[in-house]
Amino acid sequence: MTTVQWQRKDLVGIYELSAAEIELVLDTARAFKQVGQRAIKKVPTLRGKTLVNLFIEPSTRTRTSFELAAKRLSADVINIDTTASSLVKGETLKDTAKNLEALNADIIVIRHSAAGAAHFLASRLRASVINAGDGAHEHPTQALLDAFTIREKKGRIAGLNVLILGDILYSRVARSNIWLLTKLGARVTLSGPATLVPRQFESFGCRVTYDLDGALAEADVINLLRIQHERQRRSAFPSIGEYSTLFGLTKERFARTKPDALIMHPGPINRGVEIDSDLADCERSVILEQVTNGLAVRMAVLFLCAGGART
Amino acid sequence: MNPVVIMDAAAIDRSITRMAHEIVEQNPSAELAFVGIHTHGVPLAQRLARKVQSICGREFPVGSLDITMHRDDLDLRRDLPRVSASHIPWDVNGREVVLVDDVLFTGRSVRAAMDALIDLGRPRRILLAVLVDRGHRELPIRADFVGKNIPTALTERVRVRLREVDQVDEVVVEK
Repeated sequence: MTTVQWQRKDLVGIYELSAAEIELVLDTARAFKQVGQRAIKKVPTLRGKTLVNLFIEPSTRTRTSFELAAKRLSADVINIDTTASSLVKGETLKDTAKNLEALNADIIVIRHSAAGAAHFLASRLRASVINAGDGAHEHPTQALLDAFTIREKKGRIAGLNVLILGDILYSRVARSNIWLLTKLGARVTLSGPATLVPRQFESFGCRVTYDLDGALAEADVINLLRIQHERQRRSAFPSIGEYSTLFGLTKERFARTKPDALIMHPGPINRGVEIDSDLADCERSVILEQVTNGLAVRMAVLFLCAGGART
Repeated sequence: MNPVVIMDAAAIDRSITRMAHEIVEQNPSAELAFVGIHTHGVPLAQRLARKVQSICGREFPVGSLDITMHRDDLDLRRDLPRVSASHIPWDVNGREVVLVDDVLFTGRSVRAAMDALIDLGRPRRILLAVLVDRGHRELPIRADFVGKNIPTALTERVRVRLREVDQVDEVVVEK
């Protein structure tokens, strides 16, 4: 057990966290996971606090997960999405957030297409700001729930070979995962089409390889990332069919992996593109457990950032 | 004033033995169970359960309860307490639960513990056993079984050390 104290008002990224802080979140999440397994799935921990889900980019699962996490902690929740927001009427992000703060919101969960949006708000508001994904920068709670799932399944993170496969270039999930896993001592390998997995990522402390079969053979964890058509200005590969032939997790490739290798995916999955449909449902796939654990991790993050006296 | 040892290992053991006899006297129910409040209540609950078992010749379930999520002082604390997992691998419904803690002071921990326990089900009855009652209650709560009453000033600190956690058994009052 770590003895570090959580002193942060916000969770903007994994990059600035220490290994001890990451472990504190994961340990705390273990206690909160129990709450979701009981008949009464609610505790009074954040009673009287208000959380605003400010999603300037579409998302269902992350928003729902934060909403349910807040409700299980007895906080009140307001959801603001792009179409209903005055941002479409020309209000700036800062004015929107200042208005939310004027309503005495205690926690603002923000998703935005611009990298740095969460940091921008965190440095200007008294409220706790939680980054639910900013551009291609970071998605810290996703990396934390991935790590929680790996630790729960494998008992550790240090020394594991984690392969992240797919669209790395446009992926905030990849960046947050790389920071987190390398801080906790895992060996991270990136693979996928060279157009989406540039060598420059090696400066993050991980390995880039285009030998997919070799990387799959030694992986303890295979984290598949969705091809984000919406983020690509031009096509990074000739066709979906070619991608799934060359980089999809097919039954043939899966047969050559370690017998206890985990399959992970942050969702939503494109069946038949990055993963064979049957494999997504096989017993080594922990995709749905990631969703369950996401709730526990987000409860822990909300508790740590918004619980306790404000200094 | 230097720390004064109020109870040593033998005194702690005698108190637990006496409380065990009192529990057996008052609760012949087969539905008895013990729940220790994190951290020091947990080894005390185990010790108390063992004593009761040796008197009755029956086994009773033991669990541990973390009350952090139910505390009423979270908004006042600069340093957040660590949240630990509770471990109660049995159904609390219909049980006669003896909550066990080291020191009874304001009563706020016990209030939080009762709420945390009731979230897990509906015990038929909740009883409270504490090693030390130091007074200064802020809530209408009293213990059913007390190891030792220690009148204290508000400025004093009562520390219970147990060998399972602190490698030594003693109760100390510090000014």
